[in-house]
Amino acid sequence: MSTFLGMPAARDRRGPGPDAAPGSLSGVGRPEDPLHWGASFPDAAKAALDNGQLRRNLGKATSTIRTKRARVVGEVPDWEALRDAGSAVKTDVMARLPELLEELERNVTARGGVVHWARDAAEANQIVADLVRAKDTDEVVKVKSMATQEIGLNEALAEEGIAAVETDLAELIVQLADDMPSHILVPAIHRNRTEIRDIFLERMADAPPDLTDVPRELAMAARAHLRRKFLSAKVAISGANFAVADTGTLAVVESEGNGRMCLTMPETLITVMGIEKLIPTFDDLEVFLQLLPRSSTGERMNPYTSMWTGVTPGDGPQEFHLVLLDNGRTKVLADEAGRSALHCIRCSACLNVCPVYERVGGHAYGSVYPGPIGAILTPQLTGEESDLPYASTLCGACYEVCPVKIDIPSILVELRAREVSLTAGSSGHTADRVWSAAMKAASFAMADGARFRRAARVPRLLRAISRNGVIRKLPFPGSLWTRSRDLMEPPRQTFRDWWDGREDQR
Amino acid sequence: MSDTKAEILSRIRGALGSDGSSAGATGVAGTAGATGTAGTTAAPVAVPREYRSAGEHAPGSDAVLELLIDRLVDYKAEVHRTTPEDLPDLLAGLVTQRSAERQEVGSSDYRSPDVLPTTPATPRGAVVVPHGIDQGWVSAMGGVDVRVDSRDAPLSAAELDGMDAVVTAARVAVAETGTIVLDGEPDQGRRAISLVPDVHVCVVRTDQVVQTVPEAVRLLGTDPGRPLTWISGPSATSDIELERVEGVHGPRTLHVVLVS
Repeated sequence: MSTFLGMPAARDRRGPGPDAAPGSLSGVGRPEDPLHWGASFPDAAKAALDNGQLRRNLGKATSTIRTKRARVVGEVPDWEALRDAGSAVKTDVMARLPELLEELERNVTARGGVVHWARDAAEANQIVADLVRAKDTDEVVKVKSMATQEIGLNEALAEEGIAAVETDLAELIVQLADDMPSHILVPAIHRNRTEIRDIFLERMADAPPDLTDVPRELAMAARAHLRRKFLSAKVAISGANFAVADTGTLAVVESEGNGRMCLTMPETLITVMGIEKLIPTFDDLEVFLQLLPRSSTGERMNPYTSMWTGVTPGDGPQEFHLVLLDNGRTKVLADEAGRSALHCIRCSACLNVCPVYERVGGHAYGSVYPGPIGAILTPQLTGEESDLPYASTLCGACYEVCPVKIDIPSILVELRAREVSLTAGSSGHTADRVWSAAMKAASFAMADGARFRRAARVPRLLRAISRNGVIRKLPFPGSLWTRSRDLMEPPRQTFRDWWDGREDQR
Repeated sequence: MSDTKAEILSRIRGALGSDGSSAGATGVAGTAGATGTAGTTAAPVAVPREYRSAGEHAPGSDAVLELLIDRLVDYKAEVHRTTPEDLPDLLAGLVTQRSAERQEVGSSDYRSPDVLPTTPATPRGAVVVPHGIDQGWVSAMGGVDVRVDSRDAPLSAAELDGMDAVVTAARVAVAETGTIVLDGEPDQGRRAISLVPDVHVCVVRTDQVVQTVPEAVRLLGTDPGRPLTWISGPSATSDIELERVEGVHGPRTLHVVLVS
């Protein structure tokens, strides 16, 4: 099987996206499909690369978190053993998913919880909307949750007249700005402090008029804004980091205390979780509670982790609903080569080490799951043709840091191979035709030593159009490569010429 | 069984049964690594547990306590060491000190006006304690308004918001991560009482301090159904340009009092 490791085709099938102008208050808007929005990756990446402010923000953020992570991971003498255990636990979960899900359901139900099953986003949203309406309220508080972002829950609730208030500081910023998250862990990392102050002043009715852009002051303004909601909300909605099959225990890790507020104060709690979030036993938490915080925020432990099992009479929500979500996960599971993408615990370590993510940011991926994990998970969840598997240099850093050892580079190569075999011979696309012609030409040149020698000299001609050792723009079809990349100037001498010269000198 | 549940389970079984369709296409680790291949059978995959299940230091040992203190201080918790005899005075001091600070600063900086308590806090402060707390702990709090909360007689959210502080015990502490864990037993109380007040004073006996996360998980696993709150320092956010701000929605000050 041939494997295409090169340049992605610039597909415009997604249509033009409402790209935010740098510095504008309003974000990219809330898309109809959170797994598939905006311009194609090559177009979005090109726009992002032109945004210097974004690149500086991202560079600072990713390098800071990388350094913190490396320090606290280095403290743990048995880190590799924990990764091995985490990987095996998740493999075990996938192999026994039906029985473990039923075990979880039995245990949650036995402790007074109610379990719902949702095949797709629409079903999950409907279940949640019906539960909220039954509580006779039009406002709910929410803990940051990737699953509810993936299904567009806030937008679905809004259509039913229910306001879902994001309570994580970054998610609140993103929500107020009508924007999309650009990082799994720090979703507003594409915004600087001044933009955030302006967003608060314009969109948060109770923001103090003399608000400055000092982060502490901004955080305190958010605290005051949300406190009344926390203390009076009837219904909260959360995701889950882990669900323990053998006890029915749910776990949410967080930092700000907004999670504890949502999970503790309202009368009713609704948790939406992907079916892959299971772990078999309570003791397995000892593995993941070490892997997740150090990989994610680069802390030894995140400030708060809440665990609850069904309903505890007299303490916390007295009504608990758990919505188990498929939404494409069984499609991923069916793919033996790619199913380990479901092992992901959403730590975002792979984003912070990715040279592509660091330069283009989260929005370019057009999915709530950006970065290396998004590049494999998004196309697998949607089952659609995608250029995301090309959003990688295959450098392997993501695999090195993954706490559950998902071999992202190998899955990317596999997804690319499928894409190429799918489109091979199809006449439609420019890049495909160019690719096919180039392969034929290469095959012609490489079949004969003399032809190859002559062909190898051609790149030297490119030195004529290079400036300071870099070629910024090639003529077509090379322009498909240089639209978002610079090309290093070719060397003066080919390897063959150098080798011949070396022989001559002996 | 609901139709949706039946269909999802059947999709999963179909997905797991379809192995082989793309077998050999890649050497993707994680599905076919040393841990075994996820297959059609439901036999558990062997999980290698070569990691440390306990630390090299005994619970409550000097080395473990030193490590815990180092981690707590690193995460901006305030640490105090005392004896059972001196504990009541220390607790009373922390609560009244807090009350004085609050009256000096005023309260407008951190709470919305509409949830302010209708009556001002007493001069020496107001503190909430769980009903199962050691009565001796609050014996030195003369003049302090000590409110007792329980599952049967809970304080309202607004009442909790008017408290200067909360004093609780803990179930276990983890030295390596600087974590204390509450499990909702009568000496620790409902989750809300250790969340809403702005100062949390948590009393930990030194023999409750273990070195590693697995030691704590296995201890908690004896009663996994209890509501658990793992606390590592005061609440914090790094959401704005990654600049860490301590104290967001949870208590902005965490005192850990180690008693031996």
